[in-house]
Amino acid sequence: MLADKDRIFTNLYGRQDWGLKGALARGQWDGTKSFIDKGRDWIINEMKASGLRGRGGAGFPTGLKWSFMPKQSDGRPHYLVVNADESEPGTCKDREIMRHDPHHLIEGCLIASFAMAAHACYIYIRGEYVRERERLQAAIDQAYDARLVGKNNVHGWDFDIYLAHGAGAYICGEETALIESLEGKKGQPRLKPPFPANAGLYGCPTTVNNVESIAQVPEILRRGASWFAGIGKPNNQGTKLFCVSGHVNKPCTVEEAMSIPFRELIDKHCGGIRGGWDNLLAVIPGGSSVPVVPADQIIDCPMDFDSLRALRSGLGTAAVIVMDKSTDIVKAIARISYFYKHESCGQCTPCREGTGWMWRVVDRMAHGRAQKREIDLLLDVANQVEGHTICALGDAAAWPIQGLIRHYRHVIEQRIDQYAANPHPVAVAAE
Amino acid sequence: MAVRRLAPKEVQPASFAFTAENEAWAAATIAKYPAGREASAVIPFLMRAQDQEGWVSEPAIRFIAEKLGMNTIRVLEVATFYTQFQLAPIGTVAHVQVCGTTPCMLRGAEDIKHVCQNRIHHDPFHLSADGKFSWEEVECLGSCVNAPMVLIDRDTYEDLTPESFGQLLDAFERGETPKAGTQIDRPHGGPAGGETTLTEMLAGAGRPAGADDMIAANMAAQGVARGVDPSVLASASAQADVSHKPGAYTTLDGAWYTEGGKHPSGSVDPAPASVRRTG
Repeated sequence: MLADKDRIFTNLYGRQDWGLKGALARGQWDGTKSFIDKGRDWIINEMKASGLRGRGGAGFPTGLKWSFMPKQSDGRPHYLVVNADESEPGTCKDREIMRHDPHHLIEGCLIASFAMAAHACYIYIRGEYVRERERLQAAIDQAYDARLVGKNNVHGWDFDIYLAHGAGAYICGEETALIESLEGKKGQPRLKPPFPANAGLYGCPTTVNNVESIAQVPEILRRGASWFAGIGKPNNQGTKLFCVSGHVNKPCTVEEAMSIPFRELIDKHCGGIRGGWDNLLAVIPGGSSVPVVPADQIIDCPMDFDSLRALRSGLGTAAVIVMDKSTDIVKAIARISYFYKHESCGQCTPCREGTGWMWRVVDRMAHGRAQKREIDLLLDVANQVEGHTICALGDAAAWPIQGLIRHYRHVIEQRIDQYAANPHPVAVAAE
Repeated sequence: MAVRRLAPKEVQPASFAFTAENEAWAAATIAKYPAGREASAVIPFLMRAQDQEGWVSEPAIRFIAEKLGMNTIRVLEVATFYTQFQLAPIGTVAHVQVCGTTPCMLRGAEDIKHVCQNRIHHDPFHLSADGKFSWEEVECLGSCVNAPMVLIDRDTYEDLTPESFGQLLDAFERGETPKAGTQIDRPHGGPAGGETTLTEMLAGAGRPAGADDMIAANMAAQGVARGVDPSVLASASAQADVSHKPGAYTTLDGAWYTEGGKHPSGSVDPAPASVRRTG
């Protein structure tokens, strides 16, 4: 288990002052100016050495992403955009950072912006996080007051930080959709290339990073890349916020070492599975878009990018959705399908039509009102949606269905048999 | 995709305009974006209009289009694309948004929905008989470890049971504003019954033992100076105390923003403290 001294988010549960006073007492903004004096390349090299992989779901190395930004400005401003549109079902980690430890994020924004020669940063927070937005704005105001950010600040790098918000669209968590939304349009993803590092917000070089990735940056620099890289397994390093929801005794968000075994995560922090370990049915280990993993495969699996990929699932945002044996697994996945149907932006035909089609079929299967041959048809459609859309929402809609059929085809077939045996149950009148 | 259309003509008001306070806010919000990029403010503008009126009406869309120099169709497009915008009047006291996505469903969101159906209206987006309440099922609201939960106005109410949710509605019915956040004994997103980590942080400000030595050693090895600019420390100690009381959910409304109006830095994003509509 990770020791408290190795935890980055020391006010995760809001026990202390979230404001600047409390942040300073917790050691934030310590030595920030010296990092900036060390220069751009030093910061990017430290980030690369730390092995930090983006915490927004895809797991792309953060330092490498930063290095894609042009070294010399061609006259266009550079932007850092922070993705605080946390909407992946199961995920609620960035919320805790923004409402309880916002200065981690603000300090991270300053350092990251400097490393990419950006003088302005936009934080795009989801519209439903109203209190979090107020809290974060208040923390930004504090930072302006103390001249930590702004023009002529104490760090010697002119830097403005703005808070923008969405209005309830999951798709705006996709980086180019987020940029579109920031520009005041419908959140429909852009074709890539050009990548945002060449033409992003307002056509200028832009990097989009997740809140957690950015908020970890200052503390990684303070403690050293080797400290961060020493936690977890190779290629899966550092600490990670896990959000454990569903059928555990005590659902919670907790910062743990990457690669912590699933069983340890649940026993240590979540009070075990509801009804005991024998009652575990399946786990969705990384937010709704990753395929479900049956109990026997996940119990001793290390929770990291590579180990979960080996189970044909993924770490995603580390939003662990636990399901015990009382769960109707087909219905649970059908609800996820409904989510993707609801959130498809409608731009690409395979996704716009496919998500609705898949939901209608899997919803029928949840009731048993289907033919067994439709299972293969559903899988075929899911496979054809996957990889044939501009953004990854099509993939995200297909994966839960593929996972369901891969592991629980027998449950669907059983459901169909039950329905076929008694399709129109007649209520028997009481004597 | 969700099909969303504007409310019928009979329901639409004749006109819309921002209040004086919102006009000032609007000018400051446009200034956040580069010149020529005024359209970027369309989502905050629509949200502000919704805060003012309770929902987004057709005149409001026209008003905002004119204000931002956009074609009306572009604003209409945004208003119908983003599902947080209410396109028809909602309950005057509370519009309940029940999260129904899988993590909440696993912990009983359907029971919460049934309470809404029984007490408010069988169908979403319909007003209750007295016009005070309405409800809808929404997709993940990002409070999954506190499931099941609802969002009412701008506060989340978490860790609900049908009983505690019923009591919430009772309180709204009586004209009260119930305590937001979790409805059981737990530290926000932390485990019920007390933390398993960061227990040292319960005592007060500071950081866990040993962390500072680690940082000092690394920064010395890297040759980077530690410390915070003295002016920052002075400014911080002069700032209002916003510390959290353990176990209590303090929102900013009470503490910081309403006292004397706006924050001196000119920050304008937080919504007005009182937005609850009184019918």
